[in-house]
Amino acid sequence: MNRKKNWYDYLWIVSLTYLVLGFFNILFAWLGLLCFFIPLIISITKGNKAYCNRYCGRGQLFALAGGRFGLSRKKDIPGWMKSGWFRYGFLIFFFIMFFLMLWNTWLVFAGTKNLRTAVTLLWTFKVPWHWAYHGAFFSDGVAQFAFGFYSIMLTSTVLGFVTMLLFKPRSWCVYCPMGTMTQLICKAKHVTWSQK
Amino acid sequence: MAKRKAIVSTRECVACGCCMKVCPRGAISIPKGIFAEIDRELCVGCGKCVKECPASVIVLEVSES
Ligand code: SF4
Ligand code: SF4
Ligand code: SF4
Repeated sequence: MNRKKNWYDYLWIVSLTYLVLGFFNILFAWLGLLCFFIPLIISITKGNKAYCNRYCGRGQLFALAGGRFGLSRKKDIPGWMKSGWFRYGFLIFFFIMFFLMLWNTWLVFAGTKNLRTAVTLLWTFKVPWHWAYHGAFFSDGVAQFAFGFYSIMLTSTVLGFVTMLLFKPRSWCVYCPMGTMTQLICKAKHVTWSQK
Repeated sequence: MAKRKAIVSTRECVACGCCMKVCPRGAISIPKGIFAEIDRELCVGCGKCVKECPASVIVLEVSES
């Protein structure tokens, strides 16, 4: 338990800062691409989930809030939430929504649609977010992507927070699309490796 | 003497690593990113990983070895 802390045990600070920055300037949302590409690159090149196991600040944030701060009921997650069909189903749903977001960004880039300075929570609720947007030195599409990406990050934080309260602190990790996807990549890799 | 050892249901494990982080003995590893493996020699059956696992897929089992 009282293991020596490593630098990566503090990456939750980065995750928290990221979420806060989005309230001040939405363009910081672009940085979130890092927690998209780093886990993918690790799983593809190394064939493991070191990102989840060590570095993910979001997982640490939930562990802290639910553990140290005692916000979690620490109950077992319901069986259906850890079932394959829910985990893979959620991954597919997440991807569809992600591509819709990219499509929307493209439309704004192409000038077909106007920039919408709102953050969409839970893929449904449009929350006005204009205060975090300070004009376009770039194309409006750049801002639209930032709003879209931040919406995803905030939505997953909200979902994760709710399941953190209800179940074990890091229950988000059971159905986190990045976690499921990197595990799938690892499975695929080790199947092909063992066939060599 | 009967000892208790942690056992992971590998099929349901999501390889998140929560168990690994709390194990006081460093008995857990996730070498392939697919499921957690417990070193039975190192495990002392304290049950910390069982409590931590968000998917609740670890149990303590009485073993004779
Ligand atoms: S499952 Fe998701 S939230 Fe959990 S450690 Fe992995 S990437 Fe982070
Ligand atoms: S029961 Fe205790 S010693 Fe054994 S693997 Fe779990 S945390 Fe480690
Ligand atoms: S905490 Fe549970 S789900 Fe996560 S790696 Fe350990 S055994 Fe698997």
